[in-house]
Amino acid sequence: MNLPETRPSADPATPRNAPATAGAPAPKPAGKAAKHRLEEWRGQAFVYLCVLLLVVIIFSIVVFIASRGLTPFVSQGVSVKEMLFGLEWAPEADHPMFGALPFLFGSFSTSLLAAIIAAPLGICAALFMTEMMPKLGKTILQPAIELLAGIPSVVYGFVGLSVIVPFLRHTFPGQGVGIMAGAIVLSVMILPTITTIATDALRSLPAGLKEGSYALGATRWQTIARIILPTTLPALLTGVVLGIARAFGEALAVQMVIGNAPHIPHSLFESATTLTSIITLSMGNTTTGSLHNNALWSLALILLLMTFLFVFIVRMLERRSKHA
Amino acid sequence: MSTVATRAAFYTKDLSVYYGEKQAVKKIGMEFPDREVVALIGPSGCGKSTFLRSLNRMNDLIPGARIEGEVWINDQNICDPRTDVVQLRQQIGMVWQRPNPFHKSIYENIAFGARYHGIKDKKALDAIVEQALRKTALWDEVKDRLNQSALALSGGQQQRLCIARSVAVRPSILLMDEPASALDPVSTAKIEELIAELKKEYTIVIVTHNMHQAARVSDRTAFFFLGDLVEYDDTRTIFTNPSRKSTDDYISGRFG
Repeated sequence: MNLPETRPSADPATPRNAPATAGAPAPKPAGKAAKHRLEEWRGQAFVYLCVLLLVVIIFSIVVFIASRGLTPFVSQGVSVKEMLFGLEWAPEADHPMFGALPFLFGSFSTSLLAAIIAAPLGICAALFMTEMMPKLGKTILQPAIELLAGIPSVVYGFVGLSVIVPFLRHTFPGQGVGIMAGAIVLSVMILPTITTIATDALRSLPAGLKEGSYALGATRWQTIARIILPTTLPALLTGVVLGIARAFGEALAVQMVIGNAPHIPHSLFESATTLTSIITLSMGNTTTGSLHNNALWSLALILLLMTFLFVFIVRMLERRSKHA
Repeated sequence: MSTVATRAAFYTKDLSVYYGEKQAVKKIGMEFPDREVVALIGPSGCGKSTFLRSLNRMNDLIPGARIEGEVWINDQNICDPRTDVVQLRQQIGMVWQRPNPFHKSIYENIAFGARYHGIKDKKALDAIVEQALRKTALWDEVKDRLNQSALALSGGQQQRLCIARSVAVRPSILLMDEPASALDPVSTAKIEELIAELKKEYTIVIVTHNMHQAARVSDRTAFFFLGDLVEYDDTRTIFTNPSRKSTDDYISGRFG
């Protein structure tokens, strides 16, 4: 019960409440009250300042990328249609062309393929850790998968280049580099994202649902297939979408194994390229303000918009899982 | 699957349950007469819920839980590790304190168990769903919205749905773990009416914290304390003339 004099205590998790005197008797000498007010004010001001800085940074990044990325369309005569659907990328030619469709194709195909490979692996790993052998999962599998998240992408690229590419070259027709190699490398990189989110989702499933299913005489497999997976589906998809988003934005590792040929390949084992690869490969060779340089910013803008889209999808899925 | 007219009562013999080193239930022998309601009462942590859960091997799901002793149902000791728990749980339905409907339609919730056990024919499923909902007095309340989510029902309706879900797989025994303690008084009264009705077909074991409820719904009452079965007798005897002092102390509210 709050005494009338005490201010209603706010949520203890909020930082502005941290230095407050929770539970202390309300009426205080004037000097102490002023000191407490000052403490409150200091904490509050610090948090607000941090948030403000963060908002300014995010906002400036978006504005900067958008202003650079829109220049080719607004004042340098490149059409949006050409950028999105054109097949030819020749920014330095006498008659420059800016068709980014091969890059878009490369980015989408590698990330989606990576998700198709990683989703079953990640979700099965999560099921193993939550439903089958929680002890073994927690002590061995989970740290192992979390370790994957800490490996630098250049190492992934290096391993991909020296193990996966030769393997693909010997097994399938083609040079080994290409979308398949990129997707395999990316699938390992996004495995921790998918697994971690799936594990959290499965762990937060009310125990009653599982018991209810078992008590009706369901086997473990029936319970997993008909209760656990359908109930957690939105959250599992959230993990997959975040994985795709991560794969979409990954530059270095993919660039090392994809071959970097600016065209749409005819097979999964033929050189291709992605939005991120073309930006990292070309940016050192352009001068600021040139058409070529601005066109690279347009590609960056496309990446940014795709990220917004992924975040939006995740939000939608979260809302759905809350209302399920 | 069929309801047999000559069901034997079931009983436990020296049943102990351990959580790791701790013995939660101590060598309990109890008989459950056919088509009667047995109430298990006792203070929190006395082992009554654990005992209940061991009757359909739900303790298997708890890491570190271990059962010793015997539970005989239809000439079969279900504590035998070779017991097929899937078949066992089909014979013994269970309802929990918190209603736990699946995130599916009302119809699918009921049809679920039947589907588990291989019934695919739509007409047969329809019949099972209607029968189960009628038995739990839900049919008139939900017959026009069978395809709506079960989560849209009130707490009391959800609990009756969970009972209907258990009934739909045609068990002979129903275990209820404080089935009304999360519900309002009106819903509680409905559940109690339902128990009186279901008694005609099922043997029911109910754990309850509410002694008035035990007195109202049960034929026999068992008082558990610290993992021991202190006293087990006709409900009337337990509440009017208990033979042990600790039973008397508990039911008259001196502890617990």
